[in-house]
Amino acid sequence: MTERKYTCIICPQGCEITVTLDGEEIVNIEGNTCQRGKTYVTEELTAPMRTLTTTVMSASGRPVPVRTSATVPKEKLFDCMKEINAVTAPKGVRRGDIIIDNVAGTGVSVVATADGE
Amino acid sequence: MTKRDIVIVGAGPAGLAAVVAAYDAGATDILLIERDGKKGGILKQCIHPGFGLHRFGCELTGPEYAQRYIDEAEKRNIETLTNTFVIDITEDRVVTYQNGDGIFSVQAGAVILAMGCRERPRGALNIPGTRPSGIFSAGTAQRLINIEGYMPGKSVVILGSGDIGLIMARRLTLEGAKVHAVCEIMPYSGGLSRNIEQCLNDFGIPLLLSHTVTEIHGKERLTGVTVSKVDEHRVPIKGTEIYFDCDTLLLSVGLIPENELTEKAGVVMDRVTGGACVDAKRQTSVEGVFACGNVLHVHDLVDFVSSEAELAGRSAAEYVLSAQHCEREAIPVKAEDGIRYTVPQKVRPGDEAEIYFRFSDVSRNVTVTAYAGDTALAKKKVPRAAPGEMQKIKIKVPEGCGSVRIGMSK
Amino acid sequence: MYDIIIIGGGVVGALCAEALSKYDAKILLLEASYDLAAGATGANSGIVHAGFDAKTGSLKAKFNVRGAELMPALCKRLGAGYKNNGSLVIGFSGDEEQLAELYARGVENGVKELALLGKEELHKIEPNVSPDAVAALYAPTAGIVCPYSLAIAAAGVAMDNGTELEYNCRVTGIEKTEKGYKVGCENGKFFETKYIINCAGLHSDDIAALVGDTSFTVTPRRGEYILLDRTQGGTVSHTVFVCPSAMGKGILVSPTFDGNLILGPTSENVTDKEDKKTTYEGLQKVLEGARRSVPGVRAAAITSFTGLRAVGSTGDFIIRKSADNFLTFAGIESPGLSSAPALAEYAEQTLLSDGAVSKKKDCYKTERRPAKFMSELSFDEKNEYIKKDPAYGRIVCRCEEVTEGEIRDALINNPPAKTLDAVKRRVRAGMGRCQGGFCSPVVIGMIADRLGIPYERVEKCGEGSYITTGRTKGDVK
Repeated sequence: MTERKYTCIICPQGCEITVTLDGEEIVNIEGNTCQRGKTYVTEELTAPMRTLTTTVMSASGRPVPVRTSATVPKEKLFDCMKEINAVTAPKGVRRGDIIIDNVAGTGVSVVATADGE
Repeated sequence: MTKRDIVIVGAGPAGLAAVVAAYDAGATDILLIERDGKKGGILKQCIHPGFGLHRFGCELTGPEYAQRYIDEAEKRNIETLTNTFVIDITEDRVVTYQNGDGIFSVQAGAVILAMGCRERPRGALNIPGTRPSGIFSAGTAQRLINIEGYMPGKSVVILGSGDIGLIMARRLTLEGAKVHAVCEIMPYSGGLSRNIEQCLNDFGIPLLLSHTVTEIHGKERLTGVTVSKVDEHRVPIKGTEIYFDCDTLLLSVGLIPENELTEKAGVVMDRVTGGACVDAKRQTSVEGVFACGNVLHVHDLVDFVSSEAELAGRSAAEYVLSAQHCEREAIPVKAEDGIRYTVPQKVRPGDEAEIYFRFSDVSRNVTVTAYAGDTALAKKKVPRAAPGEMQKIKIKVPEGCGSVRIGMSK
Repeated sequence: MYDIIIIGGGVVGALCAEALSKYDAKILLLEASYDLAAGATGANSGIVHAGFDAKTGSLKAKFNVRGAELMPALCKRLGAGYKNNGSLVIGFSGDEEQLAELYARGVENGVKELALLGKEELHKIEPNVSPDAVAALYAPTAGIVCPYSLAIAAAGVAMDNGTELEYNCRVTGIEKTEKGYKVGCENGKFFETKYIINCAGLHSDDIAALVGDTSFTVTPRRGEYILLDRTQGGTVSHTVFVCPSAMGKGILVSPTFDGNLILGPTSENVTDKEDKKTTYEGLQKVLEGARRSVPGVRAAAITSFTGLRAVGSTGDFIIRKSADNFLTFAGIESPGLSSAPALAEYAEQTLLSDGAVSKKKDCYKTERRPAKFMSELSFDEKNEYIKKDPAYGRIVCRCEEVTEGEIRDALINNPPAKTLDAVKRRVRAGMGRCQGGFCSPVVIGMIADRLGIPYERVEKCGEGSYITTGRTKGDVK
């Protein structure tokens, strides 16, 4: 049996969750105060996922904030950044507009979170 | 001089929530004044997610969170002046502002102060060394990157582990900069645990607790910083110096409520929070002047800013719509044993109030109790108490008590 | 061919330029740094001393008393900040004799209105000084001045009158020519002139040596300062000194013209003329020293800095002809700022008698509006300006309430600001409690636009002090 400790990142409460493992099998999860905590550590053990927020440069030369429409694999964050950095948002981009479809092969899109100029 | 029922200073999250709440409470004659060119305040540059879980049940980015309130304000056709700077507020609520059209004064029935806060600069820390370029407060760096689109540097050390410092560690890393370490003078971080996890640990950025920057190097541009371990009195320990070769130092060493106008209005201040002393309705010592959000006390979650601002908005509406203002005598709320401060600082018998508070220190499994005299009004168990995380406790203030005390026990 | 080259754009050089610019002469002001007032002028106490401190008969005594006399009208004319707040040298038990000596010396130096105060009188006019202070020397004629705004304003008037200014020109060679001198700079530029005035501060010995005058040396004396927030500016109303020692006037506590409280300086002889570091020990010493005379001083710092005073090897100001048509001002340490107006007057007289200048221009400027002027105006006056130009209504620096119009003027008007710190010195944008946190991204953009350079090439304080390192997105576009 091994124990692993996690700080849940799902909400600001930041629960400290202890997972007991028997080999690769989860035997027990403790310390979470909601179901989402459980889902989070299970995912952390197998395939950690993160929401990516950054900016894309717009045609006007000012950055426009963007986010991934869902979480992407943690190890793909920098691949996503590379793709995002290479695009320019069109003039008059609006919040909610999709900037990149299927970023870095994740199946997730990159969406503007504010209006551009 | 023109007259308005309510003048709100600041169109950040606090001002926007206040404006909507005041309008919905029946005070529709409102003027909202914003010094920036756009509404939304600091949220415009906080492009990371983490906002709105309490409020909207989903994780929004700063611009998205702000937009929800901007949309609400716009639906109500609230008159808003942007690029407009309030230069004076008097005790009898004359608000004077300045913009490209001139200087104007308006007599307000009520004023809601929602100016937010600013960052503590390098000078306040008296870090020895040279004075090169390459030293930024974390928020300034955030603006340069997210709004202007320029990198403040490529090789970075961050002093202060407040949330902005942590968020910027991740942001800089994603943009290709090398963040060597985040140093924190206290033995614990001032930021949320989730941010240490997802902003530092995810990227292998070390968090050096009980460490501070003790010398700045470089003549024109920063060339490095010396970091030292500190003892329990926060005094650097000789012989523990670590030198970091870097071109940038980011400071995330505290936020200061921006209360120059509040003080001009003659409002009684709380030296611990740096904001006004208020009652449960968020009214200051000056009648008809309310305060909410980070200008009142620095919050760590915008969700709580919104709730507090709505309360202030409703209170201001109630104030201007009621013919007489006869309030009962206020009694103090005292922060005791392990509690650093409370907001509000005073309440009135009969109030049903949520008391926001912060702990003085880090501890585990504590019980916070609100007392009136010796009677416990409410209890709250907190598994992990940390100064960086604001808490609240709900009470009903009984008749005939002289004060309310909030204390902590283990 | 210039008639006069002034080497050094500190307060002495700038005031000399201003005084001489009314004459029919072609003048060049050479500044080694990215801006005027970048040396000792930019980092000192900002005190106009009454003149009791210097030894009777010394140049320091003579020029200080005269300079202090000229200062109020000069500052008014140039739109530089001056306030006559008076000074106090406070004495603790045992200091009475030294105070009496200072008093006697002051009277002999010609300082007016000096008075010795007892304990009660002292605490009545300055209630926050230490309760242990038992007596004081009161000098009602002392004042406070914003030293860099004085230098910048003087250079501005000189330039308006035709004086030329070159930044980033460190003089490295001077050659005697048939008609005068050929002055060579580190950046490869050279200029010919008939007359040189050496006001090179810490480097005035190096400059004099270029023409063979090695009769003196100048060594730097470090002084660390702490500047407190405006909320603390009212802690004392007078400039409060302690009894002086061989190393200087001790650590003072004073309001500044701009309403902050200044503490300092420490005093330490060093060898490096560039060493402007602050130290942990130094800043501790400043705070401790300040609290000895004013115990209630709070640690509400907004910035700290180090100034290097130029101490001459003779113990007095060194004012001499280093060669024909070559006037040197060296060792202009404290009370150098107070003396500067009188030194400029002396330069003017010397050049007149040397025949380097004679006839005045038909038309020249002697006055100037303060660079940061909007906040001083009444609402009606402000409205006049805003009506003409909306930029005077838009506030960019919220802490100091500096408008876009004022910052733009600082980039255009003589002497033009080219860097972030130069803007700060002219109009105080970024000098307030947030230290530029909010306004610097905007000011950088304004500088870039004005100079026609990319945002990332804008500098804080001269070459190499770039502020941003390029665009985000890995410079993709």
